[in-house]
Amino acid sequence: MVKFDILKHELVPKFTILSKEEVEALRQTYGIRKEHLPWIRKSDPICKVLGAKPGDVLKIERNSEVAGKSIAYRYVVPG
Amino acid sequence: MVDKKANTKAEKEDQKLTLINKLLSEYLDKLPESLITELKEKLYKLELNEEQMRKVVEEVNRAYIRALVEPGEAAGTVAAQSVGEPGTQMTLRTFHYAGVRELNVTLGLPRLIEIVDARRTPSTPTMTIRLDEDHKYSLEKAKEVASRIERIAVENIAKSIEYDMVNSSFIIEIDEEIAQDKGIELEYVARALERLKVGTVEIEGNNIIITPTTTSPDKIKRLRERILDLRLKGIKGIKRVLVQKEGDEYVLHTDGSNLSAVLQVKGIDPHKVYTNNISEIAEVLGIEAARSAIIKEAFQVLDQQGLDVDMRHVILIADLMTCTGKIRQIGRHGVSGEKSSVLARAAFEVTVKHLLDAASHGEEDALEGVTENVIVGQSIPLGTGVVELFMRFPKEGA
Repeated sequence: MVKFDILKHELVPKFTILSKEEVEALRQTYGIRKEHLPWIRKSDPICKVLGAKPGDVLKIERNSEVAGKSIAYRYVVPG
Repeated sequence: MVDKKANTKAEKEDQKLTLINKLLSEYLDKLPESLITELKEKLYKLELNEEQMRKVVEEVNRAYIRALVEPGEAAGTVAAQSVGEPGTQMTLRTFHYAGVRELNVTLGLPRLIEIVDARRTPSTPTMTIRLDEDHKYSLEKAKEVASRIERIAVENIAKSIEYDMVNSSFIIEIDEEIAQDKGIELEYVARALERLKVGTVEIEGNNIIITPTTTSPDKIKRLRERILDLRLKGIKGIKRVLVQKEGDEYVLHTDGSNLSAVLQVKGIDPHKVYTNNISEIAEVLGIEAARSAIIKEAFQVLDQQGLDVDMRHVILIADLMTCTGKIRQIGRHGVSGEKSSVLARAAFEVTVKHLLDAASHGEEDALEGVTENVIVGQSIPLGTGVVELFMRFPKEGA
């Protein structure tokens, strides 16, 4: 029996938690605050698996049909 | 001689490839991956020298930048119109699922409305379940997995159920053929009924006799329903499972959906389980998976109806629906109802209520959006209108 790993499901893209420096660099390039990014809730199953806390920023590598690979970010919020 | 020729040819190809890679290397961050791959392929086929190749790449880059959305472009309005107009041409009829017998799935406009309304459960929930290596190539084994998923209640295997007034007991006649087909024994049914703890359970030939402790007609009526609905096997919510051959493997299609329970079933490939219930996906697999599901479902609906809508419009809608980490509907209880501007909300629906509420709470309107500026008759923040001027006063003494 295949063990279920939520991160390996075909609908779930690759997630990584950004380090403080990376978040700062991201803020600088786009000239935004973290809250301006799309959000993800702390209660989201992905956040639970990764152990992401409110205030973290997740990097998402999506497989886009339009662009091949596309990179997005989500800001972890409480709730 | 021949060898040498082949060698030089291969070397030439090699050189060409490194040249292309070198040319494209500085564009890796600037162009999307799909464009880079396409460029690589096309450049490789063409007979061009380095200078010409460079020019091609530069031109592609220029065209790409020109095609990007400009600041202030009304991308949302364009997306709404691009999905809305073809939506008027969609049929309201529900068709049978192509390829799957007897399984009805809502398609067309009703389904599209369901998706953007972010309904908790779709009107026809259905799952597509792929099997693991051990089970997907044999019909026998696929059926075995299917029987683990399909919900069997007492009513599915009972021929009749009667209430005997004289002995005040239920007589359930079990259809042996069906029960055998579903792999359920009489004793198993009796034991399950015993667990209901409503009275004594006896087996008499093909019949199961339940003598409830209560005789009140009201309770007996309700008890009948409970007995019939008692789950013997399978997963809650999955009414039917169809085994379908797709290519060289067997795939299960279900009527009804229960993602978290199906993921626990043995013999399936849990990483490929799919359901059309988007809120279930959000709950079990997270908001990003829900985003991809919205895109997939909405685009599929448009595609099936033969409407050629660019996927990026659909992607924008999905992004808007999921950007708060929860699925928001496009409408009163979601995107439109949560606008910060009073005037924009009042312009959408239930005008008086919004204005009254705003007045009693002393709300202010910053006039930052499009709608409110149209209402007050100012230039709207779109296109060149988004640009604001700030003046820097000269420092004192300068």
